[in-house]
Amino acid sequence: MALLTRVGFWILVSAIALFALFPFYYAVLSSLRSGAELFTVAYFPERFDVSNYIAVFQRQPFGRNILNSILVAGIVVTLSLTLGVMAAYAFGRVAFRGRSILLMTILGVSMFPQVAVLSGMFELIRSFGLYNTLPGLIVSNLMLTLPFTVWVLTSFMRELPKEIEEAAIVDGATPGTIIRRVFLPLMAPAAVTTGLLTFIISWNEFLFALTFTLTNERRTVPPAIALMTGSSAYELPWGTIMAASVIVTLPIIMLVLVCQRRIVAGLTAGGVKG
Amino acid sequence: MRRAVAHNTALPPLPQQELPSSLTRSRVWAAWGFAVPTLLVLILIAGWPLARTIWFSFTDADLNNLDDYKFIGLENYLVKYDDEWLGLLTDPDWWRSVWNTVWFALVSVSIETLLGMVVALTLNVSFAGRGIVRAIILIPWAIPTVVSAKMWNWMLHDQFGVINDMLQGVGLIATPITWTANPDTALWSVVMVDVWKTTPFMALLILTALQMLPQDIYEAARVDGVHPVRVFFRVTLPLIRPALLVAVIFRGLDALRVFDLIYVLTANSRDTMSMSVYARQQLVDFQDVGVGSAASTLIFLIIALAVIVTIAVGRVRLSEDA
Repeated sequence: MALLTRVGFWILVSAIALFALFPFYYAVLSSLRSGAELFTVAYFPERFDVSNYIAVFQRQPFGRNILNSILVAGIVVTLSLTLGVMAAYAFGRVAFRGRSILLMTILGVSMFPQVAVLSGMFELIRSFGLYNTLPGLIVSNLMLTLPFTVWVLTSFMRELPKEIEEAAIVDGATPGTIIRRVFLPLMAPAAVTTGLLTFIISWNEFLFALTFTLTNERRTVPPAIALMTGSSAYELPWGTIMAASVIVTLPIIMLVLVCQRRIVAGLTAGGVKG
Repeated sequence: MRRAVAHNTALPPLPQQELPSSLTRSRVWAAWGFAVPTLLVLILIAGWPLARTIWFSFTDADLNNLDDYKFIGLENYLVKYDDEWLGLLTDPDWWRSVWNTVWFALVSVSIETLLGMVVALTLNVSFAGRGIVRAIILIPWAIPTVVSAKMWNWMLHDQFGVINDMLQGVGLIATPITWTANPDTALWSVVMVDVWKTTPFMALLILTALQMLPQDIYEAARVDGVHPVRVFFRVTLPLIRPALLVAVIFRGLDALRVFDLIYVLTANSRDTMSMSVYARQQLVDFQDVGVGSAASTLIFLIIALAVIVTIAVGRVRLSEDA
């Protein structure tokens, strides 16, 4: 009986791992096959054909798309964290009137459906002349990331004991100095976690990137992959699409494997956004 | 365990300040100074676009010329022409998309909760390699939605897909199924991909709640020889219920605004179109900013209602805590 339970348990664990991993494994497998090979199903690698990986950069400006994604996500993370740490000090350390209403409103914004602001955002971006530009995507992505950053950083900020701040206040430090000298070093781990999650949110964003860009050179990775086609109507584009998918997913998987503890901590503190 | 809930819906109390009041006042000023940049940015990029979207829903604006429009009242929503009711509220495609979204949210969140519970209970047992399995299940969550939709699109391919191949291999189906095109299976395909992608998130939230449970209750139950299944339903489930509820609500809100997955997996097909896909189609493909904005506004109202209920529930829980 005990043996049976153990075997059953390991079958369950293997099933969970297999279910989670198989689609990615199959994408890697398909990306290494090309042409007519894709007309048959294979479960194990036969040869190592990298032509899809070359084609994906030749047929479209995929390198440019990756660079766009990195630039947008990087700047969004920087802006969100800078604004977020300041706001988190205000909301997390100081009792002032209207604080909880403001926090609730910010939480509400983080639950906005993106499509609810789509036409207003389109008008805003066009009137600033940002349509089909990276700054346009940065502005729109901030709507998704900033409320999330403020909320998570505020909950981290509140966990810190009051004594650390009191000593600095008695010494006559200004709030700006306190943030920089006292909180910033202590917040570093929380900021890394939040930054990581913000990066993933921005890296994965699709609706705004699809709607606010027009040309292939300006697209970020998600719309670039979604709109990828074969070189002719008769060719299956799946080999190149899978190669592109693997290229953009590998770094994220590395990041997740290295930082899984931090990510889990951040997710449970934030409790928002899948 | 209470704490996990408090974390999600409300924050722990502020540290008490016992300092002179002039200092307190200058701190409050500083706090406003630090909060104002974020508030201004949010007003500009969230508040203003939302207000404009609602305003556009009462106009006949066109995407090609957003500056030239006129106010037409509620005509985008409902209007009577020659004894015939027209407008968004009479469009069967809109109601179809509402029904698709609600059905998708209910079914996918239910399955994710059940499977998430199974995964969480499994990972709550300590075994060699638990850390690795926990990292592995994070992978579907981290893969961009567009990419996972494409991966599954290929796996579900009607002619060359691996899913049909496997099912035919074990003899479950005789002929290949056109998963994403067949009206009977299309929405189920969407649910399947969403379950794959989001169960890990659910499992991790439940796992966190499980790991905060006091161990002495389980000791006592074991000493008394209570059956594990009974322990689960009588002890574990009631204790993690609040955390579970929060996770379900957040996932539910998320599912109601689904866009990426459906757009990539099945394009603008009527059979699977969600509310968000419908709104964007009106807005971008048909260039009809008026009707698109009307749909956006209704989506906002539906989700706002759900959020208000959520926050109200969160408040109640907070006051129970105090």
